Amino acid sequence: MLKHLLKNVAGGPVTIQGPAASTEAVEELAARLQKLTHTRLGKGLVFREIDAGSCNGCELEIHALNNIVYDLERFGFRFAASPRHADVMMVTGPVAKNMKEALFRTWDAAPNPKWVVAVGDCACGTGVFAGSYACVGKVADVVPVDLHIKGCPPRPIDLLAGLIALIESTVAPAEKKAS
Amino acid sequence: MSETTSLSSLLDQIGKPVEGHRPWPRIAADRKGWSSLIAAMAGNDWTLLGLWGEPKAVHVAVADVPAATYAVVSLDCPERSFPSFSAVRPGAIRLERTAQELFGLTAEGLTDPRPWLDYGWWGVRQPLAETPLEPDPNPPRYEFLPIDGEGWHQVPVGPVHAGIIEPGHFRFTCNGETVIRLEERLGWVHKGVDSLLKGATIENAAKLAARLSGDATVANSIAFARAVEAALGIEVPPRAVWLRAMMGELERIANHLGDIGSVCNDAAFAFMLAEFHGLRELVAQANWDSFGHRLMMDRVIPGGTLVDLSIGAATRYDELAKTLRSRVAGLVHIYDTKPSMLDRTVTTGTVSLELVNSFAASGHVGRASGRDFDSRKTPGYPPYDQLEFRVPVFQDGDVNARVWVRIREIEESLKLVEQIVSKFLEKDFAGDDRLVSEVPAGVGGEGIAMAEAFRGEYLAWVRIGADGLIQRCHLRDPSWFQWPVLEASIEGNIVADFPLCNKSFNCSYTGADL
Repeated sequence: MLKHLLKNVAGGPVTIQGPAASTEAVEELAARLQKLTHTRLGKGLVFREIDAGSCNGCELEIHALNNIVYDLERFGFRFAASPRHADVMMVTGPVAKNMKEALFRTWDAAPNPKWVVAVGDCACGTGVFAGSYACVGKVADVVPVDLHIKGCPPRPIDLLAGLIALIESTVAPAEKKAS
Repeated sequence: MSETTSLSSLLDQIGKPVEGHRPWPRIAADRKGWSSLIAAMAGNDWTLLGLWGEPKAVHVAVADVPAATYAVVSLDCPERSFPSFSAVRPGAIRLERTAQELFGLTAEGLTDPRPWLDYGWWGVRQPLAETPLEPDPNPPRYEFLPIDGEGWHQVPVGPVHAGIIEPGHFRFTCNGETVIRLEERLGWVHKGVDSLLKGATIENAAKLAARLSGDATVANSIAFARAVEAALGIEVPPRAVWLRAMMGELERIANHLGDIGSVCNDAAFAFMLAEFHGLRELVAQANWDSFGHRLMMDRVIPGGTLVDLSIGAATRYDELAKTLRSRVAGLVHIYDTKPSMLDRTVTTGTVSLELVNSFAASGHVGRASGRDFDSRKTPGYPPYDQLEFRVPVFQDGDVNARVWVRIREIEESLKLVEQIVSKFLEKDFAGDDRLVSEVPAGVGGEGIAMAEAFRGEYLAWVRIGADGLIQRCHLRDPSWFQWPVLEASIEGNIVADFPLCNKSFNCSYTGADL
């Protein structure tokens, strides 16, 4: 194992350079700058991932963010086990009605200020499961969404570009719709 | 029950084959015939491969694997009631609970008649019945199995788990650290797949099948495509047949790499997670460059494949296979020489051959406990009849055995990738460059097929109308028969070993929740 580790050190990093903030994400976030409160997100963001009915494809790519190639933590991001420790809810899936309450409660358990990122076509309302009796249709129908990252599933590099836009922005969290 | 009765002779007795169902026969049985099949199953080891409902019918897929007999048996039930298989095949329990809830059928004598997928939140009951019902304003409270005795406590986990993982509820009943019972409560990610498939075009249905379980998207697509091709009598171009196998093996390799790393991580050996997930990423990147999708989603389509394999990509996969073989071997040596690692996997989460057989638990779960079944070999499908590979089988049935099945399967799949690559490099398709055969319009039919994913075989059954639309399609994830075995695997182990057991199984929540 020692030999293996030495070889890894000598071989240089396999981690790729981080992408620039995604243009679409910057635009989506900028659209709300009128309501700006200049809440700086600081230098780190903690995520809580919630699968609200995905096919698990999005989870595979979110997992990949943690691998040695994308190495999410160097940007100040990490995943927490509890919503109590999280700033950002990363939500996948068309929101299966069976998960609606669990999604809301997990979001509700996170302290303010908090942000929501809808990950994948299903979460954004354009996936293949929308329209079924068993699905709400999109994440924004249940909790306020700050950023949409499309793709089926979005690649880790696309996820990273969107998340970097979020941390670089100064946008206040989206407000919850009166319901 | 006489041991001399074979499944095929019983099938002859219980009904007539329905026309237009391929490639297995579908026998239309009456109640007496259906019941005699149940009675016969009690006295032998035939396999129940699936069970699914319709508004006024129920179907069961059965096999006598050693005799290579595979069939679907159907029962018309205008009274919406059918005798249950649950007493003779426990794997039928959750499938029958699902048929009851989605179609309003009644499984007579069902050993566990509690609800399964319906939590009362759909705004409709029996959504696929001829006449769906209004929602129940006061849905009954779900009763977990009763616990009797002293000194026990319960640990409820989920539906939202601590990691980046699908939702499900696990209720552990423990005595001190030791788990005395795990009960699963699933269905949280039920998306109504069967209802979306009904009336869909073949193209849209293929997209849904590709997303039944994203980690096994290729296998699902192959199973669905082959069922459609059987129903409509489509012959797939040889090049596409080999491309499918290529993608199927790459998917198997990627998932096994990820799961071995994750099992080690659950024993706090984070180095292995970093290494194995780094290797998995190499496969995903090659897939993106070669097939235009990291998971190869929607690349297998009814009639053939969407994409080809270029000479450059074939060479790259050949090199990747060699890299992976040597790097996996180094990591496996580390895994197998770390007592602190093996202490967590050896004798942990043991399941017996008897148990996996009773549920027909397939894939690495079955093969780690001595159940030698792989749908690439039996009943088999092309091009695996032209490829050389072994199906590794272990006997211990513990987490370690499931890790070793995965290790050996990676090695076998790498050999398969190399064999397939050489077929492409030698341009061995007699100049036939076709990737896809036309899906004929205006014909209907019924088809069934299986495809072996990394976790076991996916079964797809489809009925297509003359208008080319899907009338009914059932996709059966192998997890249906593995989840119940996971419940048993943790008995007598400590709570802290559950993540290792769970990851060594890696059942699909979405695939079984439909």
